[in-house]
Amino acid sequence: MTVKERTAALLPPLLPLIFCIGLAETAVRLGWVPSYLIPAPSEVFRSLVEDRIELGSAAWETLSSALVGLVLSFFAGTLFSVALSSSELARRAFYPYAVFFQTVPIISIAPLLVIWFGFGRPTVIASAAIVSVFPIIASTLLGLKSTEPALLDLFKLYSATGRQTLWMVRMPFALPQIFSGLRIASGLAVVGAIVGEFIGGGGLGSVVDSARTQQRIDRVFAAVLISSILGIVLVGAVNFVSALSLGSWHASERKPS
Amino acid sequence: MNSIPQPGQSASGAAILCENISRSFAGAGVVLDHISFQVKSGEFVALLGPSGSGKSSLLRLIAGLDSADDGRLTIDAASGTLARGFVFQEPTLMPWRTVLRNTTLPLELIGCARADAQARAHEELRRVRLVEFTGAYPHQLSGGMKMRASVARALTTRPNLLLLDEPFAALDEPTRHGLQAQLREIWSALGMTVLFVTHSVMEAVFLADRIIVLSHRPARIVADERISLPPARSGDLRTSVDYLNEVRRIGAAMPAAEEML
Repeated sequence: MTVKERTAALLPPLLPLIFCIGLAETAVRLGWVPSYLIPAPSEVFRSLVEDRIELGSAAWETLSSALVGLVLSFFAGTLFSVALSSSELARRAFYPYAVFFQTVPIISIAPLLVIWFGFGRPTVIASAAIVSVFPIIASTLLGLKSTEPALLDLFKLYSATGRQTLWMVRMPFALPQIFSGLRIASGLAVVGAIVGEFIGGGGLGSVVDSARTQQRIDRVFAAVLISSILGIVLVGAVNFVSALSLGSWHASERKPS
Repeated sequence: MNSIPQPGQSASGAAILCENISRSFAGAGVVLDHISFQVKSGEFVALLGPSGSGKSSLLRLIAGLDSADDGRLTIDAASGTLARGFVFQEPTLMPWRTVLRNTTLPLELIGCARADAQARAHEELRRVRLVEFTGAYPHQLSGGMKMRASVARALTTRPNLLLLDEPFAALDEPTRHGLQAQLREIWSALGMTVLFVTHSVMEAVFLADRIIVLSHRPARIVADERISLPPARSGDLRTSVDYLNEVRRIGAAMPAAEEML
């Protein structure tokens, strides 16, 4: 892509952003909207710069909690899916509870997590893991069940063991689905971590909470902005790994030739 | 680590004995109805029948991928599962593996050393004239090349029974003709028993020395004919009078398409 093409590609999404920032700045400066409702973008920017050390360490704390939660839910979810996919009886017995578990709002069980895990990190990590586990289970299970039947026949023909079938054909076949589950889960893990921090303390969740009580709406906005960037970073990391491992063969990651 | 399967003595095909084989499926009813036939070691037999007649079900039974409700199936093969090679309707290659790694798969599954497996895979890929594409991924190959890789994969264990389930049906005509001639060559060179399922009379006559014709479902054997054509078959044969006479003769034994009844 040339510089010109890149500019042409970036301009359409950038224009509305520039427009909105300009509009918000004007609206606050001219007193159309009180600054305790919407902060002037310049104020948010100043807060980002002035509080960069505090915001940075809070962001790092939230990101690392979300990441640990995501890794936990990835291993637990994948293990659970493999177990469920290998037995129809197990799937019928346990899958409904996985669905039920997902419908319980995290915000309502977060206080419970504090009771179980206390204030601080463990609660935040548990919250991130709980909200991100279901998409991983659902898509991994779907992926493990969608193996091409003729390939399974081929493995049967050569008396392959269950382990060979799982690692050599069912898992690789499920990879695209596993990654799409992971993509959804990584966004949710950040949400789960921040919800956990509202109640368990620490990270960007605490920053938002304390800035709100101090009526520092510019800081609230700065923290919100950073937390959405964290989500983008995690999703981007998943996309990167996905492109690395599927690039050579899967249609979704193949470059048009 | 297992040692690589070696080809037996020449013309080391397996003999098949089917006695009163029956198979029903829920929803489809009786698919195979007391099928009995015998295949001699080293024979090239086509199982010919209209679509949906149960030919594939019969082939899956012989491959050991399914079991019969009733009847007896005896396969006199060298060493169990390894003795059977199967080529599916689709190439069924693993998209994340190169042609070479797809071809070594059966040998990996039985625990052969990597170097041996690759040497054998190279040999079979050379046989199907695909050796210059060992590093390619399936999506980079044409339909005919994928099918050749699939045939090479089935040959790596040096099966003495090769089962093929309409492998060329999805290919265009020139490619199909080329692969038919190639398969016939492979059989001449290796001497295994071949059971080839097809719904095409012309394909069956070109390939096989003997044709077993199945009826509409529930499948029964309606004809069992020897083909009197020379053992070496090339493209010229397709326009010869002898070939066309055999096509007419077998075509007369083939049940009419269901829509025409």
